[in-house]
Amino acid sequence: MRFFAAFRIAFRALLRNKMRAVLTMLGVIFGVGADITTVSLGDGARVMVQQQIATMGENVMLIFAGDFRRGGVSFGSGSSSALTMEDVEAIRREVQGVRNVSPEVSTSRQIIAGGMNTSTSITGASPEYFAIRSWTLKDGAFFTDQDVTTAAKVAVIGATASKNLFEGGDAVGQVVRVSMGGSSGGGSIPFTIIGELNAKGASAGSFRDYDDCLIIPYTTAMKRLLNTTSLRGINLQTETMEVMPMVGTQLTNLLRQTHRISGGRPDDFTIRSQDELATAMSSTQETMQYLLGGVAIVSLLVGGIGIMNIMLVSVTERTREIGIRMALGARPRDVLLQFLIEAVTLSCTGGVLGIGLGMLASKILTQVKNWPTLTSPEAIMYSFAFSVIVGIFFGFYPARKAAQLDPIDALRYE
Amino acid sequence: MSQSTNSTAGEPVIRLKDVHKTYFTGELDVKAVQGVTIDIHKGEFVALMGASGSGKSTMMNILGCLDRVTKGDYLLDGIDVSELDRDELADIRNEKIGFVFQGFNLLARTSALENVELPMLYSRHKTYDDREEKATKALELVGLGNRLDHTPNRLSGGQQQRVAIARALVNDPALILADEPTGNLDSKTSIEIMGVFQKLNEQGITIVMVTHELDIAQYTKRNIVMRDGRVVTDKLVTNRLMAEEELQKLKVASEAIQMIPS
Ligand SMILES: Nc1ncnc2c1ncn2[C@@H]1O[C@H](COP(=O)(O)OP(=O)(O)OP(=O)(O)O)[C@@H](O)[C@H]1O
Ligand SMILES: [Mg+2]
Repeated sequence: MRFFAAFRIAFRALLRNKMRAVLTMLGVIFGVGADITTVSLGDGARVMVQQQIATMGENVMLIFAGDFRRGGVSFGSGSSSALTMEDVEAIRREVQGVRNVSPEVSTSRQIIAGGMNTSTSITGASPEYFAIRSWTLKDGAFFTDQDVTTAAKVAVIGATASKNLFEGGDAVGQVVRVSMGGSSGGGSIPFTIIGELNAKGASAGSFRDYDDCLIIPYTTAMKRLLNTTSLRGINLQTETMEVMPMVGTQLTNLLRQTHRISGGRPDDFTIRSQDELATAMSSTQETMQYLLGGVAIVSLLVGGIGIMNIMLVSVTERTREIGIRMALGARPRDVLLQFLIEAVTLSCTGGVLGIGLGMLASKILTQVKNWPTLTSPEAIMYSFAFSVIVGIFFGFYPARKAAQLDPIDALRYE
Repeated sequence: MSQSTNSTAGEPVIRLKDVHKTYFTGELDVKAVQGVTIDIHKGEFVALMGASGSGKSTMMNILGCLDRVTKGDYLLDGIDVSELDRDELADIRNEKIGFVFQGFNLLARTSALENVELPMLYSRHKTYDDREEKATKALELVGLGNRLDHTPNRLSGGQQQRVAIARALVNDPALILADEPTGNLDSKTSIEIMGVFQKLNEQGITIVMVTHELDIAQYTKRNIVMRDGRVVTDKLVTNRLMAEEELQKLKVASEAIQMIPS
């Protein structure tokens, strides 16, 4: 029998029981929908992490205060005050293979210019920071070592912050007032903008907008804004990628020595290279994805069992039809094919609807929750293939049951 | 040399040798057919008769390769059917036999045309590019050219029976087996159907049909009567009726009735 004819028969049989067909498909629809959504979320997050890592700069290593390796994975919340400028100086003096070093302190503040005000992230760093993080100038200049020495009230502004304050107008030369924060009674300090950065962009759906920033000399930040002597972290750029492990070892030895950490005691700092960060970030992603993927597989299985159940009912209901077809010359395998195609049609239609549902859900998550999602053609193909397999797998037993019927018994079936 | 004698003498299309069929039901075994031996040759037109329960349908199911014998041999075109597997039996049913069931057995919610197309759908050795055309012709032959897209529930019993007949002959089978094909028809339509069978028979198709009606049996060439699963009478029809003449007579008679002044 021609394949096309078998498809037509299967479609007709399904159309006769539309409601039942739709209910049967629900399991597959939700299974595939969940699958597409989780994979989209995972892929979106992965791409975002890659972009973030890429915008970070080249051959970058970060040192945080506190030992994050022991406390599980967490970023940017170093509360221990183990890192100081002395560490930075020691690294400059003693570690081989380092091209640039910059301390980093950071805070988030309200900044005001003219009638506009915006909340932005403020980073205190040394001039090398721009090179390490691959920042380029759109206008003006970076601050200098001189500015660091004098704790000058100068700032380099990021594209987003500039847009928020000056709405596309010239930022360089303008004065912005940075609020002192709650604890110091709400005063503010004027900073002169001496440079504007090119946008890094690439942060659609990202956790943070890197261009929404104000970068000032670390001395100014520590003395005038934060009144602290401890650093949030140290940024390093190695000469090549190959020396990174060697630099890592040197850093550990040096910092353990300067921090007077003896023998078996753990580090009070954490060193991360760029690719370590990437792996750490994507491994959290992966755990999440496996979990959600598991949910998707379970619902697909449930969907498959639903299909099997309905196909078994269908075979029983249509025993007489099967008998007639066999009496007229249908071979067992024609009957098998007919019911298998029916099951696969059910699961595929469910799969296609599920893919639609998953893509819709991903879109909504991006729109409403601002989570990055990416629905790749591969994900769609795999989901579709999977629903075909579910149909074949769960449709086979009922189809075989139909094919093994004896024609005369099937004809006599009431 | 035996080839030539066979072709002249005619190898029987159907050869039954001491065929038995017993239904093994729970308590009581029903011996529906008990030792039937008959030959039916190509071009024969046989009426199988007998009281209800005498085993006619059972015989037809065996002849149609739907059911297997309990004991004895059934040779179809010289082939021992008991040695064939399910696929080969399916192919024989599809290509060699057209079966008209006692209960029609049409597919519900499927148009007359598609019901008739079914056997062609499963044809393996012939491919039909003109399924619809052939099905339409078959339905026209049984007088249903104007009911092609009607589903069985929108057809009368007689019309359903004629769809079943169209379906049986659409594949150009060598053997037509019909279980009471005129059971639900009025006498005029019955004669028309017998006319169709006679025409097919003249083309060389072997026909075996079950009937209760003696006058319908007169349109065939040979009558076999069964009782309690055995053949009790097997005789050639002497005063054979021809459907065309009988229909002509009916027409004249009805015209005569109309001419009687009321
Ligand atoms: N599947 C079956 N299981 C058990 N007994 C059966 C079965 N089919 C038929 N019989 C019995 O076999 C006998 C012959 O039945 P069959 O249907 O061949 O009769 P028939 O001559 O066709 O009768 P009718 O003219 O009423 O159609 C009957 O006694 C019937 O009860
Ligand atoms: Mg019967």
